[in-house]
Amino acid sequence: MTAEYHRPTTDLKDTLVRAALWIFPMAILALAALLVYELLGLSVEARAKFGWAFLSSKEWDPSIEDFGALPYIYGTVVTSVLALVFSLPLGLGAAIFLSELAPRGIADAITFIIQLLAAVPSVIYGLLATFLMVPLLRSTINPFLKQYLGFLPIFSGPSYGVSFLAAGLILAIMVLPLIISISREALLTVPADQREAALALGATKWEATWQVVVPYARLGITGSVFLALARALGETMAVTMVIGNTPQISESLLAPGYSIAAVIANEFGEANGLHLSALITLGLVLLGLTVLINGVARLLIAASNRGQGKAR
Amino acid sequence: MKRYFIRRTINGFMLALTGLCTLTAVSLLLVILGFLVYNGAASLSWNFLTQLPKPTGETGGGFANAIVGSAELVLLATLIGSPIGFLAGVYLSEFSGGRFAFLVRYVTDILNGVPSIVMGLFAYTLIVVPMKGFSVIAGAVALSVIFIPLAVRTTEQFLQAVPQSLREGALALGATKWKSVATVVIPAASRGILTGMMLGVARIAGETAPLLFTSANNQFWSSSFSQPVASLPAMIYKNAISPYKDLHSQAWAAGLLLLGLVLTINIAGRMILARNSK
Repeated sequence: MTAEYHRPTTDLKDTLVRAALWIFPMAILALAALLVYELLGLSVEARAKFGWAFLSSKEWDPSIEDFGALPYIYGTVVTSVLALVFSLPLGLGAAIFLSELAPRGIADAITFIIQLLAAVPSVIYGLLATFLMVPLLRSTINPFLKQYLGFLPIFSGPSYGVSFLAAGLILAIMVLPLIISISREALLTVPADQREAALALGATKWEATWQVVVPYARLGITGSVFLALARALGETMAVTMVIGNTPQISESLLAPGYSIAAVIANEFGEANGLHLSALITLGLVLLGLTVLINGVARLLIAASNRGQGKAR
Repeated sequence: MKRYFIRRTINGFMLALTGLCTLTAVSLLLVILGFLVYNGAASLSWNFLTQLPKPTGETGGGFANAIVGSAELVLLATLIGSPIGFLAGVYLSEFSGGRFAFLVRYVTDILNGVPSIVMGLFAYTLIVVPMKGFSVIAGAVALSVIFIPLAVRTTEQFLQAVPQSLREGALALGATKWKSVATVVIPAASRGILTGMMLGVARIAGETAPLLFTSANNQFWSSSFSQPVASLPAMIYKNAISPYKDLHSQAWAAGLLLLGLVLTINIAGRMILARNSK
């Protein structure tokens, strides 16, 4: 893009400014490299001792220096998937309403409010989850679930309020704005003639939306889901406050559990030696998971934006 | 005809359902705000803003050190992060193209998605380990590595939105490349960049996880940048998980204060931008 602006004679100041500015993008790349390098460096002790078995072992006992990540990985994945199960239908529904039904002005105002929801710090979500959601789960929702759906393994066992379910619910609320705003943008890029063609063929508004517009925007919507998943995987404070901090693998969603981010938050301050190294290895696992999922999400969203306006 | 009726019914039902989804999402914000105000306003007092926390068991006391601590952390992080982020964004948008720009952009996006607790681990290995202790500096570095990728992308985005004709005009008048960028392109995008930076500040002001083991916490005033420091988010967390009712109500007050701050910066930033686009 810049080539066409090059003057025939090179200006010394231009060259200097360009060279000086070049330091900064390089600093970003260096920052990313340093992040991986530092985490690899400090986790070397635990990785050397446990190897890949770290990922599949269920033991986590600092007193005998035995560490395995499985209960944390399980808790992280279960709560994140749960968050998507709740937030995807709700978010997609809202995105459809905002892009297809609501007048532009009202939709913009509502999107503004929803973006504010995304700005609420996670510790405040944690506060609300601790004092509003968990008591509600304990007193009303969990007994109800147990009474009518208790025969399902996912609702079996005792219930304390703090649980996979509580963490999944608060995560769902936290990722909802992400799903709504990105899905809405994807839906808005669908050309009007796609809608009109479907309507002209006799489809109802809903049929046109669900069978034509939504499939057309599927890349962007999938991208939003992956972004939300990555966000949920790495979310720390709210999850730490309501998941119950018990390293166990339970099929019941009403049971307390633990997540990768939560155990780092709780134990890192007092850890040293192999324990510290094991926690950093957990951080590395989390980093790997989120980078992978984010990478996919960004590519999907980029592909969706490129396809903008193009007929298929 | 019957089939048409069914389709019409499904149509109406599903469209109403999407409206309901929207209503639910919006009301969540109102519930959050309402509950915070309801619980927090009662404890938000002059003492809360000006006093130090009392030892566990005693009632009263305030969050004065946490308020100042948060301000120090956010200010320092912004001072470190905004020049780096801004200048990297300028390079990406104005002085670069092709594969290098794509790579940096992609890495920046990935960095944006790195969980904040991992950034905390990073700052721990980078600052806390060599300095042998929790400190304001470590906390600020943790926040700044979260801030930098945000600043890069927002700067670049708003520079890209500047019309090409402005650049061409400056060059046609004989300005050199850097002069056209510095005196024409950047001023044209300045409001948008300011908005982006403000949203970034709002974001790091509420970050908790990366502070837990970088700036840690402090019951007292922090005397220097190499000391641990109290911050609003860390104090909210600490109080919320404690078993004391009195500390809980202080957590609510601090939560209300923090949310008020974050939302004010957010709305102010977005209003600057909205005025720009008119």
